[in-house]
Amino acid sequence: MEGLKQIKSRTLVLPNKDIDTDQIIPARFLTTTSKNGLGKHLFHDWRYHDNGEKNTDFILNKNQNETFEILVAGNNFGCGSSREHAPWALTDYGFKAVISSKIADIFKSNSLKNGLLPIVVNDEVLEELINNPNIELSISIENSTITFPDKKVISYEIDEFSKYCIIEGIDQLGFIQRNNEAILKFEEKREWTPR
Amino acid sequence: MSQIKPKTLFEKVWKEHIVSEETLANPAILYIDLHLIHEVTTPQAFSMLRNNNLDVRKKNLTIGTMDHSTPTLPVNNFKDIEIAGADAANQVRTMIKNCNDFGLELFDFDSINRGIVHVIGPELGLTQPGKTIVCGDSHTSTHGAFGALAFGIGTTEVGHVLATQCLLQRKPKTLSIEVLGSLKNGVSAKDLILAIIGKIGVDGGTGYVMEYMGEAISSMSMEGRMTMCNMSIEAGAKAGMIAPDDATYEFLIDKPRSPKKEAWDKALKRWKSLPSDEGSIFDKIITIDANKLEPMITFGTNPGMVIGVNDPVPISENDAAFSKAIDYMQISPGETLHNKPIDVVFIGSCTNSRLSDLQEAANILKDRKISDDVTMLVVPGSQKIKRDAEAIGLDKIFKKAGAQWREAGCSMCLGMNGDTVDPGKLSVSTSNRNFEGRQGKGSRTILASPSTAAASAIEGNITDPRRYIT
Repeated sequence: MEGLKQIKSRTLVLPNKDIDTDQIIPARFLTTTSKNGLGKHLFHDWRYHDNGEKNTDFILNKNQNETFEILVAGNNFGCGSSREHAPWALTDYGFKAVISSKIADIFKSNSLKNGLLPIVVNDEVLEELINNPNIELSISIENSTITFPDKKVISYEIDEFSKYCIIEGIDQLGFIQRNNEAILKFEEKREWTPR
Repeated sequence: MSQIKPKTLFEKVWKEHIVSEETLANPAILYIDLHLIHEVTTPQAFSMLRNNNLDVRKKNLTIGTMDHSTPTLPVNNFKDIEIAGADAANQVRTMIKNCNDFGLELFDFDSINRGIVHVIGPELGLTQPGKTIVCGDSHTSTHGAFGALAFGIGTTEVGHVLATQCLLQRKPKTLSIEVLGSLKNGVSAKDLILAIIGKIGVDGGTGYVMEYMGEAISSMSMEGRMTMCNMSIEAGAKAGMIAPDDATYEFLIDKPRSPKKEAWDKALKRWKSLPSDEGSIFDKIITIDANKLEPMITFGTNPGMVIGVNDPVPISENDAAFSKAIDYMQISPGETLHNKPIDVVFIGSCTNSRLSDLQEAANILKDRKISDDVTMLVVPGSQKIKRDAEAIGLDKIFKKAGAQWREAGCSMCLGMNGDTVDPGKLSVSTSNRNFEGRQGKGSRTILASPSTAAASAIEGNITDPRRYIT
């Protein structure tokens, strides 16, 4: 996983609210034992007709020659299943950030571990982004800000720990491992032992 | 007078598992008492262990089953597993190898304990009040029915728990859902949780741990409580919890892996201290009146799009998501769904596949036939439930009615194993998600209780089950 300090990209907008992880990647593609190559299944059933042909009306199929790193989606993105295949599919496709007015808990947690920055903005900002698709945004992870084409700057909230992990491109396992002493002490001092 | 601040059930379990407190800079380290694993969300986590030369820290707190990619037709050899496809079979083989290599207990195809991960935890008595329980599956919330703090995690976190038995967490907020009054005859826990999701919406619980309380909950069976907590995630909640009480202890006392003798007495004493203290404060409170509830169904493409079984589809103008959903479902605003011909009925999933759910459906199907136009699958939650149901003749009732009686697994809830609903077909399902294509590409799903699903199978369209309940 690469570290991420700055994202500069046009936005791809999916205005639908409550986009669930079954839409991001349908369950039948979860039989893999690898993390790689899931981008081809991203939004599969919206991207392809039943006969396997591309749905040319779907936004991902309209801008084939452009790379988008920022996905803007309607409220409550990523609800449903805990499948980490959802952020794996999004990052494999090339996305580095998702912006919505609410992002489901497990999806958000999974994204932060895979170099996909989940950004929650208020309803007003989301509406502006949805109504103005395909604009170039500049996201500074170090400053937690989004800069619009007209130089307007808004800030978003992200806790320091998550920010650090995204910037450094690190999984959080090392942090827990460095606290092994505390874990051992906890296990020794417990009033009861599970099982 | 005591100066101790009253605490909620969640706060007590949370506090007891803190290895290191959260600060502005760092999340809390939370200790995990039970890690349930299955074949779909673990292969990449085991690869991470291998790549980093790590072992599983607490093998005795890690239990494996296979449920998602597994066939529901009998498996006698590896060839039978391939019925769900080469990839699914590979995933099953990988799970067996991973559990062997790391020395973890796995319920394989020859085990009576194999079943849906959230069904077997309680069935074995591994799910206990006050435990922290995680699994790479969002319906881990099910185990909260016992007063455990249980939630779904991603595969990276599965790796964290395998390696360290811990997770990094920010403390969620608390939401109490008080259910006043009692459920009428023919109205079940499934109807109640659908009504709650309908009321608060599919994001109403996001950021919260929900605790269900009130008369309707305390008089509810453990199976019903599991159905309630199971679908907490459908409201976006981190977890759902219910305070342990005599029903909890009675359920657990004779389970194979619950504490025994002195250990039981000690555990019981601890468990009895868990319920939320009087005067404890929740971040948000919602009340709902159970007396008024009817059997509920979903009409749209998320579990918050809920109506009474006899109610018309609501009218909602200028709502693109709503229009998209009802277009997909091929229904119209203002119409009831009584006359919609259904193609498939599925009774199963971690929401409604326990013995009492099968019994509820069988009571309606006894000495009756399902419609010729309906394909019906009954999939028990575990091999033990299958055996117990067969011991009391439920399999015969289902088969005589024209339904298929299968082996345990997740099956048609998400259609990963080849049990799918064909494009365009309408399914009445006791599962938990009615997302577009959830049961197979192009499938249309109506979520309902086992009674409503069984009654609808007979009529061949959406039916109020009370017509068949005396």
